[in-house]
Amino acid sequence: MTFIATTGVWQKRDGRDILKNIDIRIDRGEVFALIGPTGAGKTTLLRLIDMLDRPSAGKIIFDGADVTASEKARLEARRRTAFVLQKPVVFNASVYDNVAYGLKWHGEGRRPVGEKVDGILETVGLAEYKKRNARTLSGGEVQRVAIARALAVKPELLLLDEPTANLDPVSASKIEDLIWDIIKRDDLTVVMATHDMSQGQRLSDRISVLVNGQIVQSGGAREVFTSPRNREVAEFVGMENIIDGTIISGETGLAVIDIYGKAIEAVTECNVGEGVLVCIRPEDVTVALSKLSSSARNCLAGTVNWTAYDGPICRVQIDCGFPLVALVTRKSADELGLLKGKPVYATFKAVSIHVIKRH
Amino acid sequence: MTEIWHGLTKAFELIFTFDPEVMAIAGLSLRIAVTSVLLASIICLPLGSLIHFRSFPGKRILISLIQTFYSIPTVTVGLFVFVLFSRSGPLGGLNLLFTPTVMVIGQILLVMPILLGLTISALSGVDRTITDTARSLGASGWQTVLVVMKEARFAVMAAIILGFGRAISEVGLALMVGGNIKGFTRVITTAISLETSKGDIELSMALGIILIFIALIINLVLNRIQQRR
Repeated sequence: MTFIATTGVWQKRDGRDILKNIDIRIDRGEVFALIGPTGAGKTTLLRLIDMLDRPSAGKIIFDGADVTASEKARLEARRRTAFVLQKPVVFNASVYDNVAYGLKWHGEGRRPVGEKVDGILETVGLAEYKKRNARTLSGGEVQRVAIARALAVKPELLLLDEPTANLDPVSASKIEDLIWDIIKRDDLTVVMATHDMSQGQRLSDRISVLVNGQIVQSGGAREVFTSPRNREVAEFVGMENIIDGTIISGETGLAVIDIYGKAIEAVTECNVGEGVLVCIRPEDVTVALSKLSSSARNCLAGTVNWTAYDGPICRVQIDCGFPLVALVTRKSADELGLLKGKPVYATFKAVSIHVIKRH
Repeated sequence: MTEIWHGLTKAFELIFTFDPEVMAIAGLSLRIAVTSVLLASIICLPLGSLIHFRSFPGKRILISLIQTFYSIPTVTVGLFVFVLFSRSGPLGGLNLLFTPTVMVIGQILLVMPILLGLTISALSGVDRTITDTARSLGASGWQTVLVVMKEARFAVMAAIILGFGRAISEVGLALMVGGNIKGFTRVITTAISLETSKGDIELSMALGIILIFIALIINLVLNRIQQRR
């Protein structure tokens, strides 16, 4: 059942279109991620869903009612929603009061407020900071206060705007675990904006990719990750190898594609003569010193251009007529002696290539 | 020099013996200033919030106009109130001229620009995310205003204290609309002006010291508030 829907939503600011014709539907209990680069319009859309701003055009439907119609409807919808802002601020008051505010605004009495605040502070691990002024807390603790006060009001819809963007990796991981536990425990409907593709994939049931104010692709997390619809989405979801090519022959879904004079085989429904973008994930490319005898249909000879180490992973760029980036473990890179100019073979399967028709 | 020293000794004597005339004048000054600032706050705090939170054409011009009136001469306000409440004026029928009531009205008008302007600027100083956070947590319009006002409380309190400082230290308005009637509308500033011209330096000095003492207290409270921020 659709819980939140936007129909034909536009948002203009200073004569510029921030959001263009946004149509999304989110079911009750669904965890929906809005992913896209910084400045794509994710926060603007979340603010519209929370009725903090009014759209320039279009409707926002909350549980069957058009909330763009009146201030009363907007306030009622807001009281069923909680929003954790990208850079949360705390009120210049104690941690307890920060969490209690929302409950008081929802008309809760003094005793239930006390019980609920204590309970939620326990959940987010801030019980011992109850009396401290919230302005004296660290970034991670402020984020916990923001989550606590959002969840204290028992929202039906939780909006999260880059919930871990401003945190160090350890705090980010803890906050993510906390959010995940609460979402699952309370069966919340969640709309989350993130520029972290992997976070979107980890936490959400469904993803929409927002680029330049437009939704360019929607679908299951895995689908968006493995089958981007255009170059922008492909770049955003981490397709490091996006190469122009032309289909030169093909039959029953398997095509031969010419890339800078090299022929590779890929699974695609595109027709012969069509220009395409060939997307290959670096992790799908195997690097070896000799030709591998495997089922993989593509094996290209080349030389190492550069290597870059990132913890236990090594990123290798191979010149095989076109630049191709592969990921290998640091240990493999050392064993293979991957240095600039080293001749190697890059192998990848026809099914691991995603082909996008070029427009 | 002897005259000043003599004046100072006499002044302290008047203060520490709780001279009835000095106490009455100081008491009336405080009563009028406190009442006018209190009433002006009741008007200006909600009005300032309304101006801050609402968008309307000419908002910037209105704010500039309010700020211009920060330094309006007290005699100008006095003249305006005098004309308004004089026998032939539009409110002459109320017979309020030369009463403490009209002095309160005048002082309200005098401190309103300061209170209004500084309330707006205090609210503007609060991070916009605070407003968004309150609204997203389900605060209604006035609940949002109250929480933002609470965030700006130190700056708003400073505005009120500054308004009080202006009210208690002004002389032109009190003289024009109060008439400096002994035991009825005579306040510290008008009494100093009169007693000095009469040559009663001791009484003037005693009242002057009380005024400085009040100013000192205002300054200490302001500093304390600013330190707490």
